[in-house]
Amino acid sequence: MKKTPLHQKHISCDAKMSAFAGWDMPMYYTGIVEEHLHTRSAVSLFDVSHMGEFFLRGKGASADLERLMTCRIDGMLPGRCRYGFFLSEEGGIVDDLIVFKISDEEFMLVVNAGTTEKDRNWVLSNKSHDVSFTDVSGDIAKLDVQGPASLSVLEGLAGKSAIEGLGRFCFTKVNMSGTEVILSRTGYTGETGYEIFIPWGKAPELWDIIISRDDVKPAGLGARDTLRLEMGYPLYGNDIDEEVTPFEAGLARFVDMDKDFIGKRSLNPVSGAIPGKILSGFVSEGRRAARKGFSVEISGEKAGVVTSGAFSPSLKRAVGLCYVDKRYSAEGTRIALTDGRVTVDAKLAKLPLLRK
Amino acid sequence: MIPEGLKYTKEHEWIKMAGDEATIGITAHAQSELGDITFVDLPEMGAVAERGGIVATIESVKAASEVYSPLAGKVTEVNELLNEAPEKINSSPYDKGWICKITVSDDEGMDKLMDKAEYEDFLKKS
Repeated sequence: MKKTPLHQKHISCDAKMSAFAGWDMPMYYTGIVEEHLHTRSAVSLFDVSHMGEFFLRGKGASADLERLMTCRIDGMLPGRCRYGFFLSEEGGIVDDLIVFKISDEEFMLVVNAGTTEKDRNWVLSNKSHDVSFTDVSGDIAKLDVQGPASLSVLEGLAGKSAIEGLGRFCFTKVNMSGTEVILSRTGYTGETGYEIFIPWGKAPELWDIIISRDDVKPAGLGARDTLRLEMGYPLYGNDIDEEVTPFEAGLARFVDMDKDFIGKRSLNPVSGAIPGKILSGFVSEGRRAARKGFSVEISGEKAGVVTSGAFSPSLKRAVGLCYVDKRYSAEGTRIALTDGRVTVDAKLAKLPLLRK
Repeated sequence: MIPEGLKYTKEHEWIKMAGDEATIGITAHAQSELGDITFVDLPEMGAVAERGGIVATIESVKAASEVYSPLAGKVTEVNELLNEAPEKINSSPYDKGWICKITVSDDEGMDKLMDKAEYEDFLKKS
C-alpha cells in the first residue's frame, strides 16, 4: 500500500489506519465524531497527500482545458480556482476536480486519489501535442486546515497580509517555514478552510508546526467523509462516476453549456435538464444509518438507491445521498431505505443537509 | 483492563453470569475496533435468543456489526440507556454499556466461553 509522507506521524499518534484507494490512510485519531465536531467548532488538520496533482503548461493549455473541463476556463484570473468535471464521450463523470490558474500558460489540476492514473491517461490522450503535462502527485503533499479558526492558523503561518485578502476559491504562493507552497482557500468540509500544497519531503515539518498549536487537532478521512456528507458534496466512486452525468448528480451549475467540451454532445440540454434520476439528500428519522446500496422505496415501490450514508455528528441523526426518480424527488417526500433486512424511515431533504 | 469474573467469546462479547441470568455486552477491544458507536438495535423483551444467533446490531459512524448471543435463552431486560446514549458502549463497555440480559435456557456452549486469562491470550494471538 502507498504511504503519504506523514504516515509515520499517523502511526506515532496511534491513528486507526485503513486502506483508501490503494493508500494506507488515517481513518481517525481519537474518534470520528469528536474530530468532526472539532472541525465544525475550531480547526482540524487533515493529511490528504494521496490526492493527485497535475500541471499543464504551454500556450495551448488554457484552450485545452476549455475542451477538457465542463467549467469555463476563459476569463479566469490567475490565482483563482474552479470546480468542474472531466466527462466521457457519453457524458459520464470521469472525475470531479479543481483547476488552479497559475498564469495564462500554467495550470494545476487537483484530482481524486482513486482516479489519478485514469485521469492522467485521459488527459494525455486528449491534450494537444504542444501542451506539456506533468503528473506531480508523488512530489506534492497536501495538508488541509479546515474549521472556523483556520484563518488564525494560516495568519500565524504565512503572515496576516498574505491571508486576509484571500477569498473563497482563490490561491496564492506563500512561504511557510522556509518553503514555497501553494495555499488555496478551498476545502471539502463546508467550513472556512485552506489547502496547502507542499513538496513531499517538507510536509512532516509543516505538520509538526501546525499540530503544535493548542487549537488544532488532527482529523482523519472518517470525519472528512461525514463533514462532506452533511454538506451534500459528492464523493467520487460513491455518489458520482462514469454512469452518471453532472445533470443527474444535481451539479449542472458546474457545467457551462455555452462552450464546447468533451462529452457535451451527449448532454442534450433538454434531456439533460430532465433526467430520470437525480441525486438527493435524505435525513433519517433516527440514528440508524442507511448505507451505500440500500434501495430507496416510495409507497412500497423501488424508486432509487443510496450512494452514501452515515450518522451525522452535527445533526445527531443518520443522513445520506441517494439517486431517486425525479418524479418523486420533492423535498420532504417520505422514503423507506432498505437492504432487505433493515428498513430505515427518512425524508428527502434539500442540500446542504446541515443548515448553518 | 479486562475484568475478572466475566466470560468472553471469540467474537469479543462478554457474559456475566448470575444464577441462570446472563448479562451480555461487548469488550473494550471490540468497541475500540468499531470506533464511535452511534446506534444500537436492541432485541425485543421476551425475544428468544438462539445460541450463535444475532441478538443486537451495533452501528458505528462507518459500519454496522452484529452481536451474537453465546447462549440460548430468553431476553428479559435490555439497556434502554443505549437508545439515547449508544456511546456508553465506548465509554463504559463493561458497565453502563451492557446490552441485554437473557435467562439462559440451556447450558450448551458455556464450556466454550473463555475466562479473562484465556481471552487475554486470544487477543494476543489475534
